[in-house]
Amino acid sequence: MKSLFNYIKEVVYAFVSLAKGLLLTLRYFVTIRKVNITEEYPNNRTTTISVKERFYGEVVLPHDENNEHKCTACTLCQIACPNNSIQIISKQIETEDGKKKRVLDKWVYHLDSCTFCYQCIDACPQDAIEMKNSFELSVYDRTKLIYQLNRPGSKLKEKPTVKEQQS
Amino acid sequence: MENQPTTPSPTELRTEEFVVNIGPQHPATHGVLRIEATLDGETVKDILPHLGYIHRGIEKMTESMPYKQSIYLTSRMDYLSAHINNHACSLAIENALGIEVSARAKAIRIIMDELQRLTSHELWWGSCAMDIGAVTPFFLGFRDRERILEIFEANTGNRLTMNYIIPGGVMRDVLPSFVTDVKELLKKIKGYRHEYDQLITGNFIFQHRTQGVGYLSKEQAISLACSGPVARASGVSCDVRKHYPYDGYEKLDFNEVIDYGCDNWARYLVHMEEMNQSIHIIEQLLDNFPTGEYRTKIKGIIKLPEGEYYQRVETARGELGVYIVADGSNKPYRMKFRTPSFSNLGAVKPTTVGLKIADLMANMSTIDLVVPDIDR
Ligand code: SF4
Ligand code: SF4
Repeated sequence: MKSLFNYIKEVVYAFVSLAKGLLLTLRYFVTIRKVNITEEYPNNRTTTISVKERFYGEVVLPHDENNEHKCTACTLCQIACPNNSIQIISKQIETEDGKKKRVLDKWVYHLDSCTFCYQCIDACPQDAIEMKNSFELSVYDRTKLIYQLNRPGSKLKEKPTVKEQQS
Repeated sequence: MENQPTTPSPTELRTEEFVVNIGPQHPATHGVLRIEATLDGETVKDILPHLGYIHRGIEKMTESMPYKQSIYLTSRMDYLSAHINNHACSLAIENALGIEVSARAKAIRIIMDELQRLTSHELWWGSCAMDIGAVTPFFLGFRDRERILEIFEANTGNRLTMNYIIPGGVMRDVLPSFVTDVKELLKKIKGYRHEYDQLITGNFIFQHRTQGVGYLSKEQAISLACSGPVARASGVSCDVRKHYPYDGYEKLDFNEVIDYGCDNWARYLVHMEEMNQSIHIIEQLLDNFPTGEYRTKIKGIIKLPEGEYYQRVETARGELGVYIVADGSNKPYRMKFRTPSFSNLGAVKPTTVGLKIADLMANMSTIDLVVPDIDR
């Protein structure tokens, strides 16, 4: 008799516990509009998707309005990169006053092997490179993921001399 | 005719053992792990795990990389404890160099560690319930984990493999809104906690699938070198944060969660309570979040003095040990990782043998294996 009683008690408990869980599901079913966590993609993505400012999407070499960048071709970023995603190709040029100078020729970035570890940007003494929060980077062929970051015709931004700073 | 086979009578029905390969591609193993299960009917007779499907040679790779670079690889071992793995490596290097990091860096590190533990346990809660047959918790677990990942994304730039904790402190300072963000997040998470209990902890089916199933005695847990929630659910006190505190855990007030049930249910309860403890730890740090430097500048090329260094930390799965043999150059001579999942994998066999095949999945999910952590 007692075991039968216990059995019934257990069955009732089981149903109550399942009903409690289902109640939660029901509540979400009713209030789905208020707690909607799905974001629309790719439609309306410019308005609905918020990518965080710091999100590591790709390495960029910012240029200013005069088509000048800050990279001195010191190759520290290339050394810091753990998987050789960066190739700095420099060239020798002769300045107007006859001095030989090493400047950046090509800043080659292999997005296909980059792991977004931030070590190149951390290593750069000139703060020449940055992480951009772009995320739609896929292409059909991985060979297309090799970019040259410095724009054609761009050159090193001259540091303001002491005189210019004072004026 | 002579050779005609005779139908055996039911009394002399001959049975034999049957070997089933579970994996390497199986949703319940959460990764590429192959388990060779010897079955007698539905009863498991023997378990033989086969490893190596996701072996990337991380230990060997570190030997050809400068110390600073090799840290980012450790995020890829136990990807659900990426911050904590980075932390272990950074601590080992800092100890060798004798660097003291600032109070702010320590606080950021511990908050990140504990948030990481929360994400890991929330994912574990969802996938554990899914292995046992419930699908809704998986989505709820992911929903709450997503909130924390957003904090990671906003502050560290990455969501899974952060490379944020580095020797000397952290890579970048947290956002000015970090403290308020985390406070808001904790409020939200605490509001959701009762749903976990309502849906799964009180669930009759779940309780019967876990209670008394997957027994791992204290002696077995110790002899298999289990750690983390698996060992603590068998009554072994092994929390590294309590026994060998690092980076200011000694100043914080939290309990080591120990359960003496030794079964799947006990492991479940330990995980759930650890989430509460993590929230409690973060709250203490947020109340007086230190200001100051987030990073102690160290030289560009790190050279460890010759010798051997060992550092252990508590990841979401147990004790992670980093053992470095340095020869004075900028690369380690040998770097060895003692990963928690590898030792905990040994617990699958003693918990499962003698039970039904369906219990194997329940046991594996409460033991909480991360396969890349087993193989490295
Ligand atoms: S983010 Fe890391 S992997 Fe990518 S280019 Fe920079 S250093 Fe190399
Ligand atoms: S980007 Fe920075 S680190 Fe890299 S070569 Fe240019 S100046 Fe040097």
